[in-house]
Amino acid sequence: MTYMIPADAPPSLDGHKENTFATLHATAPFYSTLISINPDNPSSSTDFVCDLCTEMPKPTDDGKTYTFKIRKGVKFHDGTPLTAADVAASWQRIVHPPKGVSSAREAYMIMVDTVTSPDPETVVFKLKFVTGAFLPALADPFAYIYKKDIVEKDPSWYEKNVLGSGPSSSRPTRPASRSRVRNPDYYHEGKPYLDGFTAIFAAKQSVRVDAIRADRAVTEFRGMPPSARDELVKELGDKVTVQTSDWNCVNLLTPNQKKKPFDDVRVRRALALAIDPWKGAPALSKIATVHTVGGLVFPGSPLAATKEELQKIVGFGTDIEKSRAEARKLLKEAGAEGLKFELTNRNVDQPYKFIATWAIDEWSKIGLKVTQRVLPTGPFYEALRGGAFEVAVEFNCQNMVNPLLDVAKVLPRSVYPENYGGYEDQKLIDLYNTMLHEPDPAKQREKMRAFETYALDTQVDTIMTPWWSRIIVHRSYMKGWKISPSHYLNLNLANVWLDK
Amino acid sequence: MYRYILNRLLLSIPTLIGAAALVFILMRLIPGDICMVRLGGSGGSVSASALANCHAQLGLERSLPLQFLDFIVGFASGDFGISMWSGKPVIQEIATRIPVSLEIAILATLVAVAIAIPLGTISALKQNSWLDHIVRTVAIAGIATPSFWLGIMSILIVLDVSHVLFGAPWMPPIDYVPLWEDPLHNLSIVILPAITIGYRYSAVTMRMTRSAMLEVLREDYIRTARAKGLLEQLIVNRHALKNAMLPVVTLVGIEFAFLIGGLVVTEQVFNLNGIGRLFVLAVQNQDYTLTQALVMLTVAIFVVTNLVVDVLYAWLDPRIRFG
Repeated sequence: MTYMIPADAPPSLDGHKENTFATLHATAPFYSTLISINPDNPSSSTDFVCDLCTEMPKPTDDGKTYTFKIRKGVKFHDGTPLTAADVAASWQRIVHPPKGVSSAREAYMIMVDTVTSPDPETVVFKLKFVTGAFLPALADPFAYIYKKDIVEKDPSWYEKNVLGSGPSSSRPTRPASRSRVRNPDYYHEGKPYLDGFTAIFAAKQSVRVDAIRADRAVTEFRGMPPSARDELVKELGDKVTVQTSDWNCVNLLTPNQKKKPFDDVRVRRALALAIDPWKGAPALSKIATVHTVGGLVFPGSPLAATKEELQKIVGFGTDIEKSRAEARKLLKEAGAEGLKFELTNRNVDQPYKFIATWAIDEWSKIGLKVTQRVLPTGPFYEALRGGAFEVAVEFNCQNMVNPLLDVAKVLPRSVYPENYGGYEDQKLIDLYNTMLHEPDPAKQREKMRAFETYALDTQVDTIMTPWWSRIIVHRSYMKGWKISPSHYLNLNLANVWLDK
Repeated sequence: MYRYILNRLLLSIPTLIGAAALVFILMRLIPGDICMVRLGGSGGSVSASALANCHAQLGLERSLPLQFLDFIVGFASGDFGISMWSGKPVIQEIATRIPVSLEIAILATLVAVAIAIPLGTISALKQNSWLDHIVRTVAIAGIATPSFWLGIMSILIVLDVSHVLFGAPWMPPIDYVPLWEDPLHNLSIVILPAITIGYRYSAVTMRMTRSAMLEVLREDYIRTARAKGLLEQLIVNRHALKNAMLPVVTLVGIEFAFLIGGLVVTEQVFNLNGIGRLFVLAVQNQDYTLTQALVMLTVAIFVVTNLVVDVLYAWLDPRIRFG
């Protein structure tokens, strides 16, 4: 099977170090993970299954200890056995990376105290505190299981080399072969179904669409805009299948509270009130990769606000004229009528520029004069980190749907380094911490509402835009693959087969 | 002649040092941080320790003069360092891509020369005839049409025509294979981009050939040749064309050098992993070492190409002598 990767080559092949989907799309079929989302039910944000473990454990020690039993007979592609020591060493590298080693997921594993392997079949995770965020974090698709001997000997070996125990063998059949073949020793019986795969990097969308059209590739696994979907469906009819899902990615419009007049909550509130997400989302979904109106939490999660709960938050009201009248009043009170400012955006077409253009138009309806400043990724982050912006189109895009960690994006920078709003707020931090440490799901949900209302309504630290929509168009003969809410999930291809 | 070449090569040293200093300074003036792009570009959280690790690994915490010195010493000794983005040696990154760019550049040049010189000559010989008008229209269209648009159109035409003819859309393979591994596969990949680029390239060259030929055809020695009854074919081939080639050779040389690293968009349209695309990625990712090496490579290509063009001048026009 040949598929496209909508990116240029990734910086390295090390899943522990990198954060880009380009690494994952190219390497996921080679690796095993301890647990994963259920490949037969990937749209669920709570359905986790064992990959290398034998069964999902029940926590002990009042929820602070998880003991996993590891499958017997699992082999790395070089023929050596995979044991609990390899699993523990890999997780240690992720949770507590040794000096000189970068772990892109260290910040997500703050709840983990120790990872040990008391015997070759057992791995024990001891947590610092009980939290519902642990299992989703453990199912991180980047958490590849590496060979202990190799990472101890050369910590950067996996940056340029691949050696796993996943469904596709990382050992080519002949030196010049670019395609990878199936792992004959794979531990999930009967799998993988594919004889092998070839992945082609193609950053340009037209190349990928043409490749699928001409059957040079089966699909791409990130997501296409509606126009590409329509083009392929028009050309190929039932020869292609479309799968769609809400996407665990969202753009945020973040005012810089260190700059006047955005330090005034009335101005931030006016910005939120001017935008009509209920009318905007369906219109935007025809041209951009966005779809669902939502709050801080991914709309498909049990922790997400219902429509009724959302409508109580500023910016989610149903009477837009009334909202805009209030926005004008607030601007007048704040002395910011006819405010002119710059919206800093990243030079990414979908959906950033669509979102920005829409927001600028919405703001113009309350008399604001906004211009867009589009920057390449490097200068964009420099502007955010240096506070050289007034309002920015940010994004929050996570691999696992793990709302307890995902919403940390709105926490002040002293807690969450990638917050650029320029505020410190102890009350927000306290609300977050009580929610993170709450083991009871119902109470956790209540606390999430309080946190969300405080961040989006009381303080208006950021303004939500419609959540992204993931559209995958694939050749209809590709079977067994189901879409998930993230372009990082369900990519080891063990379940995929070709009906041709 | 050899002395001239040696002089020119020695003169290129200050050019290279100047280019090195310029690219070193300019790259560091671009706001941004390669580590932030790498670790946070996909939207995840980046811990301060991960960022510090990354800076230390890439040597970015060292002083700028020290970094510049490293770069110059490395360049002088043929060591371009390690790509900050991929961690691979820069030489390896370039060596992987140069065959693609070189192959396209050579093929496009062949296409351009094969079209431009005969048509440009005919156009000049038949000045203001319907044939001349057609050739000039084709040339202007070639100059006015962006190569990337032509590339997209050519792929779509292949897809649509094959769909109509065979019932299913077809396009050339998109996975690059080196020429020596599978020549047919390789040529089927590079032929469309070569024609696309060659057409624009030929349009420019065609106009230059035409105007140079028109100028030469009005020279006294051509009139003399005609007066003494020489065959028109002989006059054109031996006396006019050879003299008219001087500006054309310059143009072909400059265009060829440009093609090695300048096919940014065309490489993307055809999904070719060439030097142009690498250049853009290196700048986007703020990969200082790779960008510096690529700029130096481009400068070196231009220096060598200009030298080759100068040497060709002497062959084309024996009156030119090198002091």
